Amino acid sequence: MLTIPKDKLIQAVKDMAIDANINLDQSVVKKLKAALKKETDRLPINVLENIISNQDIARNEHLPICQDTGIAVFLVEIGYELSFEYDLEAALTEGIRQAYIEGYLRKSVVDHPLKRKNTLDNTPPIIHMKLVVGDQLTLHFAPKGAGSENMSRLAMLTPGAGKQGVVDFVLETVRLAGGKPCPPIIIGVGIGGNFEKSALIAKEALFRPLEDQAEDPVDRELESELLEAVNNLDIGPMALGGKTTCLAVKVNSYPCHIASLPVACNIQCHAARKTHVTLKGEHND
Amino acid sequence: MIKLTTPISKSDRLSLKSGDEVLLSGIIYTARDAAHKKILDYLKSKQESPFEFDGQVVYYVGPTPAKPGYPIGSCGPTSSYRMDPFSVELMPRGLKIMIGKGDRSENFKDILKQTQSVYLVAIGGIGALLAKSVLKSEVIAYPELQSEAIHRLEVKDFPCIVAYDAYGNDVFHK
Repeated sequence: MLTIPKDKLIQAVKDMAIDANINLDQSVVKKLKAALKKETDRLPINVLENIISNQDIARNEHLPICQDTGIAVFLVEIGYELSFEYDLEAALTEGIRQAYIEGYLRKSVVDHPLKRKNTLDNTPPIIHMKLVVGDQLTLHFAPKGAGSENMSRLAMLTPGAGKQGVVDFVLETVRLAGGKPCPPIIIGVGIGGNFEKSALIAKEALFRPLEDQAEDPVDRELESELLEAVNNLDIGPMALGGKTTCLAVKVNSYPCHIASLPVACNIQCHAARKTHVTLKGEHND
Repeated sequence: MIKLTTPISKSDRLSLKSGDEVLLSGIIYTARDAAHKKILDYLKSKQESPFEFDGQVVYYVGPTPAKPGYPIGSCGPTSSYRMDPFSVELMPRGLKIMIGKGDRSENFKDILKQTQSVYLVAIGGIGALLAKSVLKSEVIAYPELQSEAIHRLEVKDFPCIVAYDAYGNDVFHK
């Protein structure tokens, strides 16, 4: 039987959660530095310089990049050759609990949306699992802050609204958000599927590598059109004006009903923290 | 760059202009959603304020726990709009300077102008850098709120930008 030992999984989760909160991925840093070169006005230059300097301080002093260390989000890919004699969700939760307590991360989760009692260990995480071919377990992790998540929106457009409807909805979402989601942002767009599928593929879009492009040519074109249109809004870093409102747009699509055109727009702040780890199944005998 | 020390005098407050960069020193107080709700509940039930707001500065932040040897963890601003319904009650009662991030409601701006208050922003998502401007931090109220408790911060050259000045000028691009 192939499995991932429970202790190994918990340790991997703990390590990745602390690491993601402290070390901003170099692909994001590269985009921020490129953005700084394009800005000409005092305030956007000030903002981008501080953002770049902040991630250096965080890395060197082992401090969280942002005080909002998020609610933990996992996309889990489980190779179907693996089997587990323990509760996988409970193990992921335990890894998060240890990371947020021992890693000096903020506990930002309440037990019920209306009762609002802090759970004191940032659990539970939000976990999306899917089965894939193979004998490996891949964990994609992001500590998702509320500033940008709160500015995300979903609409059930009519098929007649078409591509322009999608573009208008995304631009409206970014305009309404203004400086609140901490621009320069990254935008994950999900089109198609149904109500919940569009939201999930928008979230998955934010987990894609920053430098990649959508495989589908229509989605790919939409990504570059939206990026240009959003950056022409003159919102700029922290909405203080400038050329860089958005670092990247990622579009994921899925087949949908003849009567539907769902669109979900998931916003990510410039502190775009995410990481992944792949664990290979081990013989358990 | 304008240097200001708290408590901030009326003339200093009125001299600020939207877009000015400010370095703030002295004592500031933290409060975000849950603490604002508690303050307002107190005001409504007791008909008096639990704090003296005159000349004081409220910063919308919930810091990460301090590592050993540090006065505070990461401590950047949270989005201010969520505090709008509370701020409009507090500005007429003397709270005139707030620090957060992002734009705010039209109602907030109206009351801000009427009360000649000032709204500053700190750059969001740079909590590790902003922590360098905090010399001391202690919880002074509502410890049960954890990171959302009211902290008294001693800051030195804490960097802010004037978003809305006392005349209602707005720095944001929309």
